[in-house]
Amino acid sequence: MMETGHAIREAVAAKRRSAEAVTRSALEAIERMEPSLKAYITLLPERALAKAREIDARIARGDRVGSLAGIPTAVKDIFCLEGELTTCGSKLLANFKPPFSSTVVQRLEAADAVIVGKTNMDEFAMGSSCENSAFFPTHNPWDLEGVPGGSSGGSASTVGSRAVPIGVGTDTGGSIREPASFCNIVGVKPTYGRVSRYGMIAFASSLDQAGPMTADVRDAADVLEAIAGFDPMDSTSVDVPVPHYADQLRDDLSGVRIGLVREFEESIATDPAMARLYKEAYADLAALGATIVDVSLPHAKYGLATYYLIAPAECSSNLARYDGTRYGVRLDGGGDVYSMFDKTRAAGFGPEVKRRIILGTYALCSGYYDAYYVRAQKVRTLMKQDFDQAFAACDVIACPAVSCPPFELGAKSQDPVAMYLMDYFTIPMSLAGLPALSVPAGYVDDLPVGLQICAPAFEEGRMLGVAHAYERRTQHAAKREPVVS
Amino acid sequence: MEAVIGLEVHVELSTASKMFCGCRNEFGAEPNTHVCPVCLGMPGTLPVINRRAVEYLCKSGFALECAVAPFSKFDRKNYFYPDMPKNYQISQYDMPLTTGGRVELASGKTVRLNRIHLEEDTGKNIHAGGHMTASDATLIDYNRAGVPLMEIVSEPDLSTPAEAEEYLSSLKAVLSFIGVSDVKMHEGSLRCDANVSIRPAGTTGLGTKTEIKNMNSFKSVVAALEHEIERQRRCAAAGERIVQETRGWDEERGVTYSMRSKEQAHDYRYFPDPDLPPLSLDPKLLERWRAELPELPARRKQRFIDAYGLPPYDAGVLTDSRFDADYFEAVAAASDDPKQASNWLMGDVRKSLEAHGLALNTTPMKPAQLGELIRMVKSGAITGKAAKEVCDAMVSAGGDPAAIVAQRGLGQVSDASVIAGIVDKVIAAQPDSVASYKAGKAKALDFLVGQIMKESRGRANVDVVKALLKERLG
Amino acid sequence: MADVAIDIAYIAKLARLPLTDEESARFSAQFGRLFDFIRELQALDVESVHATAQVIPLSNVMRDDEIKPCLTQEQALANAPDREGPYFKAPRILE
Repeated sequence: MMETGHAIREAVAAKRRSAEAVTRSALEAIERMEPSLKAYITLLPERALAKAREIDARIARGDRVGSLAGIPTAVKDIFCLEGELTTCGSKLLANFKPPFSSTVVQRLEAADAVIVGKTNMDEFAMGSSCENSAFFPTHNPWDLEGVPGGSSGGSASTVGSRAVPIGVGTDTGGSIREPASFCNIVGVKPTYGRVSRYGMIAFASSLDQAGPMTADVRDAADVLEAIAGFDPMDSTSVDVPVPHYADQLRDDLSGVRIGLVREFEESIATDPAMARLYKEAYADLAALGATIVDVSLPHAKYGLATYYLIAPAECSSNLARYDGTRYGVRLDGGGDVYSMFDKTRAAGFGPEVKRRIILGTYALCSGYYDAYYVRAQKVRTLMKQDFDQAFAACDVIACPAVSCPPFELGAKSQDPVAMYLMDYFTIPMSLAGLPALSVPAGYVDDLPVGLQICAPAFEEGRMLGVAHAYERRTQHAAKREPVVS
Repeated sequence: MEAVIGLEVHVELSTASKMFCGCRNEFGAEPNTHVCPVCLGMPGTLPVINRRAVEYLCKSGFALECAVAPFSKFDRKNYFYPDMPKNYQISQYDMPLTTGGRVELASGKTVRLNRIHLEEDTGKNIHAGGHMTASDATLIDYNRAGVPLMEIVSEPDLSTPAEAEEYLSSLKAVLSFIGVSDVKMHEGSLRCDANVSIRPAGTTGLGTKTEIKNMNSFKSVVAALEHEIERQRRCAAAGERIVQETRGWDEERGVTYSMRSKEQAHDYRYFPDPDLPPLSLDPKLLERWRAELPELPARRKQRFIDAYGLPPYDAGVLTDSRFDADYFEAVAAASDDPKQASNWLMGDVRKSLEAHGLALNTTPMKPAQLGELIRMVKSGAITGKAAKEVCDAMVSAGGDPAAIVAQRGLGQVSDASVIAGIVDKVIAAQPDSVASYKAGKAKALDFLVGQIMKESRGRANVDVVKALLKERLG
Repeated sequence: MADVAIDIAYIAKLARLPLTDEESARFSAQFGRLFDFIRELQALDVESVHATAQVIPLSNVMRDDEIKPCLTQEQALANAPDREGPYFKAPRILE
């Protein structure tokens, strides 16, 4: 049974249930399903129960508690949590315990969310299936032989399994939206700069964003509100007020213009089952009163190339610090310091990370910088302009979140470019810095598929509003149970 | 052959906190006690620009007549080294905060500046070996990592090692004057690399240059440049090609040695730092900063010459540091006699300071006290000689001059009847000098005066003494 | 789908990431397909387009020059793979 975070919060605040009982229940569910799912790198039961008890004590005293009080929460292992293992899915950080917490974690804890553990992910957030984790792959609760998506696969899996109702992940080219689609949950990538990146291990600095991964749209709205907002520790965080997103959750879509992207529709048409699912989704939106319009993103097809130049370039620089000197794992080899750097990095990074570091270093090399990195940043401008034009004609864009339902473990792991193509529908929004989410849209071959909704910058409320109306009408996720429970 | 020299000077800015984080910016602390996740380059950390560092650079730019760029940004300079917490340095590549500018040498020559940019300093590597550890290792202290650094690049306008030293002195004077840095080479807050080449005298082309590093004092810079210029001359004379490379200065052996070939230059893969929005400074803010600049050394020196009538050399010494210049002006005001103030500071005060191992900014003597002392001499309350003693006492322990005079009984005595006794005593004790003087040796009179002053412990009024002697001896 | 002529050994050196011959060959082949997409970018006319420096434009983001609490020496060194007294320790540097 799908239990939402907001239902739990209400019950706990009303003392119908104790936060401790809720947490115990979540921990038990996790324990039961972990052998099948392997969604967590580190479970934090004592910490969670201590927090839960403390919340119950404050409620008993009549003290104020936060907006997420008592809700069991999964945190992707990319967010630093003070004093606890934060591995980023990598061997190089297998022993790293940061002396500080990321802003996102601090805000979750200030809102009294109960963090139950750090979830599995593709190493350094590079991947679309969670198979690039240095430790083990995570499984999809809707098909145990299927991938949960990536890179936020662990959070998607545990929330999708309904062990916990809310979690946070990160999205650089689709790493929240794609796994959300694969695991039948709601996943939101906010506007770039909406949520602080401080303490969130960097992959591609101009693209990374943290966001909620939740049982339903209302939970996503509440989590986003709790974590969003200006942070003086992040120079790229924007000082724009955070609305009470729950106020913008609508039940109908009259007056809303929804843009369908010509290029995306042409692309998804090649898979009849998927095309049919999305056609139904658009029909639902229309039935809610929305006006459907055609829009175009003419440069969308350049998204992959643009992204796979910019992201690796930035990551090649961001990952240079992992050299075994100040923290993390070191492989010495008894030579000089440079041979330590070499051995540590060669043995420590997985193949996907190595590929991207090499690609990124190349793109920044003198002689190639203008032809690759600068040119990609120019095409990025063109893609942003495409969206500006599209949003002149519509209020939100609706489109596929993925090109296929969750594939089998191992099916694409030998072909990196096939894996990169998973990001086709999600990359353009990342490059443009725009908010986008995935909301459950039904099933193909009994496997979950998500609908993507994208809005102009800082219009998360509008986007969540549309998703809420759609969710309320269709209830796709609520209608079924994951295979593991 | 003539030499062509350009200097790259790194200056640590004396902000309270580091360039991109709130750690204390302080030299000499216990290792790894002024560090945080940001300056240690821990995963997930992000830089935030210190506004004061930008202010200090802009003020330096105004003082050196540079143009502040309307648009400026930070870039990442990517390379691996153990003292680099992120294995990239946040610096500025193609859009530095200021361009142009000039430095005036004492000789009057102008050296053009190319640019000034902001960047972060690295940590410090210490090479451990021998008795300290079982095997050679590198020990690293990251206190310095992230300290704001200003890099000042000159055009190759310098022609001699002496000019290079003048350039560094002028730069140091200006920067310490406006208070943006301690500029102490021995503490590393002022560092210098040089680019040197030679060419046939009178030509304008540029020969192959070498970069000289590891010069730790002004003297080293001069010595290193002298050596390198000579080395290049010898190469050219022998028909050898000068290799473009980086050379280190070996202070002990007095030679430059090859460090690495510059052809194998690192590819730093500069790109704009995506974590830092660019700077487009408000002209009103820049105006406010410009207005806050104190009077610069050159202008102040000229004012001392014009308004106080000081000789240029004295004016130069007194404006060497802002503190000293302020001190002098306070003494000048308190004594109402700038010339005397200058004489005292350049003379007896300096001697006393040296003797006691002090400086103007560490002596307990206040400007008002020295000013008062000068007044007392002018009014005849004490002799010049006694004043020296009082001055020395004030330099080492401070105190009110009138009180010291009273304490030590140093008041000037002008009563002829009191002095006459001492004069007679000395005349009686020095028959040879008396005879010398009567024979026409004027110097003998000075000797007698000196003996009388000594006998009176410096308190006798010299004019009265002289008058009495002349009276007695004719 | 030709193999891309990236001097992978040179890049690996810059990135301090030595690769085995097998890795080099494999990556070379894999980059080939990606570069088919990347080559399409070269055909676009971007003459009058400015490069996106930041996707959400901000400028002049600065902080006051204030000292904030930092780590203790122990906290700083707690994760050090090797240390000696108050220092981080790494192998020697060969000049």
